[in-house]
Amino acid sequence: MTPDLLAALTAARAAKRPVVVATRLPSGEQMLLPSPDAGPELAAAAARALDRDESDTVKLADGAWFLHVFNPPQRLVVVGAVHIAQALVPMAAQLGLNVIVVDPRGSFATAERFPNVTIMTDWPDEAMDALVPDARTAVVTLTHDPKLDDPALDRALRSRAFYIGALGSRKTHAARLKRLRELGHGEEALARIRGPVGLDLEAVTAPEIALSILAEFVAVRRNAPLATKTAAKAAA
Amino acid sequence: MTDATPAPQQADDILALAAQWRAAGEQVAVATVTETWGSSPRRAGSQLAVTVSGKMAGSVSGGCIEGAVADAAMKTIQTGVPQLLDFGITNERAWEVGLACGGKLKVFVEKLA
Repeated sequence: MTPDLLAALTAARAAKRPVVVATRLPSGEQMLLPSPDAGPELAAAAARALDRDESDTVKLADGAWFLHVFNPPQRLVVVGAVHIAQALVPMAAQLGLNVIVVDPRGSFATAERFPNVTIMTDWPDEAMDALVPDARTAVVTLTHDPKLDDPALDRALRSRAFYIGALGSRKTHAARLKRLRELGHGEEALARIRGPVGLDLEAVTAPEIALSILAEFVAVRRNAPLATKTAAKAAA
Repeated sequence: MTDATPAPQQADDILALAAQWRAAGEQVAVATVTETWGSSPRRAGSQLAVTVSGKMAGSVSGGCIEGAVADAAMKTIQTGVPQLLDFGITNERAWEVGLACGGKLKVFVEKLA
């Protein structure tokens, strides 16, 4: 890889721009896409790879190319700078997630409790409006406080967030769904919320609960059969 | 919003680490899985970075072929010529290095110039 290409790739990643490094095989000639210099066939293949978020070798009319996808990291918005969040945040960073902790309660949302992550002390609805959750964003609410959780879930349901989880017992969750219904959300939208959040591991401690949440998140991210099973649990 | 620095280092961001090594004056090669078949443990895009000084990070398999890939990487660092390596159960070299998973994969090895 040439220094110029590496510099361009590093700059694109720092700017969170989705790019593809295309390598012609076996010669090793490389190009950063999207680029005006790319042929239409290669450009289209790179766009598809970005969309699927999968690197792969493709055979085109001019030969084989390896398309290495560099999408910006998925984001995890954690609402509630609580004890479980302290366990969840470092584990999520290990999974390659860009984590944002939202909590208007300044005594919870401190850099001391949450080193090396983005902290927002806005109200959750305002924070969510600023963050603009997209199809590469996950949202987990952990406060147990409807004043904080509900506005975040309301905004999450209006977005394309691919994973939405809410901490709380079945009973708490039923009450939450009732309140969100009153805000105008239909059953199909409400079914997007994974509540109680996480795989059912009978988790007890904060790190165990964090693990169950991230285990479910990975199942969704990787389209595992478990992901649909856990979606059904809310309806059951 | 307070943006804490530095941003959390992604555990699997091998290329960024390799670039750091390069910037620090190391001679670095990066190996990337370009294609897999069967039960290969690491998917396309997985990377292994190695330096002449002996640093190593990441993986391109479950540990079966990293040694052979690192040897190839040393050659690429010397010659500057990239290589496309082929590992599989029908491949004699793979037997030699023991690709126990029964998968097949291709690995592209390049120098960070």
